[in-house]
Amino acid sequence: MKPAPFDYVKPKSVAEVSAALGAEGANAAAIAGGQSLLPMLSLRVALPDLLVDIGGLDELKQVSATADTIYIGALTTHAAIEDGRLPDDCNGLMRMVASKISYRAVRNHGTIGGSVALADPAADWPGCLMALGAQVRVSGRATVRRQPVADFVQGQYSTTLAADEIILGFDVPRPDPGTRWGFSKVVRKSGAFANSIAFAVAQGRGGPVSVVLAAAAPRPCALPTVAERIGTGKDSEDDLRSAIVADIAAHAPQDDPYLVRLHISTVLRALREMQGR
Amino acid sequence: MKTLTLKVNDVDVTQVVEPRETLADFLRERLRLTATHLGCEHGACGACTVTIDGVATRSCLRLAVMCEGQSVTTLEGMESDATMDVLRRHFHTGHALQCGFCTPGMLMMARDILLRIPTPDPATVRQQLSGQICRCTGYANIVAAIVAAGREIGGRRAAGA
Repeated sequence: MKPAPFDYVKPKSVAEVSAALGAEGANAAAIAGGQSLLPMLSLRVALPDLLVDIGGLDELKQVSATADTIYIGALTTHAAIEDGRLPDDCNGLMRMVASKISYRAVRNHGTIGGSVALADPAADWPGCLMALGAQVRVSGRATVRRQPVADFVQGQYSTTLAADEIILGFDVPRPDPGTRWGFSKVVRKSGAFANSIAFAVAQGRGGPVSVVLAAAAPRPCALPTVAERIGTGKDSEDDLRSAIVADIAAHAPQDDPYLVRLHISTVLRALREMQGR
Repeated sequence: MKTLTLKVNDVDVTQVVEPRETLADFLRERLRLTATHLGCEHGACGACTVTIDGVATRSCLRLAVMCEGQSVTTLEGMESDATMDVLRRHFHTGHALQCGFCTPGMLMMARDILLRIPTPDPATVRQQLSGQICRCTGYANIVAAIVAAGREIGGRRAAGA
């Protein structure tokens, strides 16, 4: 057994979770699927005194859809999304992203809420939800609040979550029927941490475009110059290349020329996939 | 310490455990179910794969206390499983193991693959098996054995057996 000792509670309500996490002097961590936290406990890079298991909160397992929004409960597993159990998976984008996360046995337990709450720079969901313009619902002792995922994720393993707060779920704007997307990810071995991930989403025909690059900086970054060029006639490969270089320099500066070439490739692949749909 | 009640290989079990005990440690150290092998203990190698409520799981990535009320099945609990029976035979006849360390995890994951994707081609098996590490075989015979097991089960199903 490798983890250092800790205590463990499994509350039955969100209020109890917040009370446990936010107690004076608590060195507590919330655990959902545990697929990232267990390795961190075993390697002793995470050393909580108390684990608060949120796996029993059924309200965090809900998924639903209205005409405008898909709601995805925080405890929805990658495998559930991979298997098409969302009422709408953004024309297949979320299903594709889920299927490429780690390995099936990990996807069976790892959750979308856990992925965003941890905010690993190489994680898939923070960048994907940013590209889709999703909002996160967060609950603490006093309030429930909503925030764009783009603002929620602040940096490497850093979010706006306060000590007593957990993610309840995500509101993803329901895409227009003509919405196109592209997704490109480079990993040295399937299931390993990504070296570069690019998402491109074009809302409807001629609608706004969003391009997000992840695993290139402490947090996923939008590439606004690239997004603006799509559909303007100034979107030849050379035009897009120079826009990508400018956006990377501005938002995710790289020391290594190889990484610049790598990120250019994933962004171009995602854009081509989107344009080919 | 926490009192934990769960089902392991269809038998009700109640034990007092430390919260930091992984399911893998619980199975091996407390229940002496040593078919579940521990390679890396942080989710990289897949040797410790079991099922929880029928779902493939790395038992090193699950605390025992998180399994309260759940049903865990290890390779020891697969003796009369129809899919595992075919897989075991093809692993044997196709020399799909050498030292055997990774084999329990390979078999558990192979069963999961065949339940989700009944007759996978070799490329699909390689993709689906990418989380299981074997340091002896070079994977060729493991992949071939799983493909062959899938074909045998698929053929039986097509024949209405």
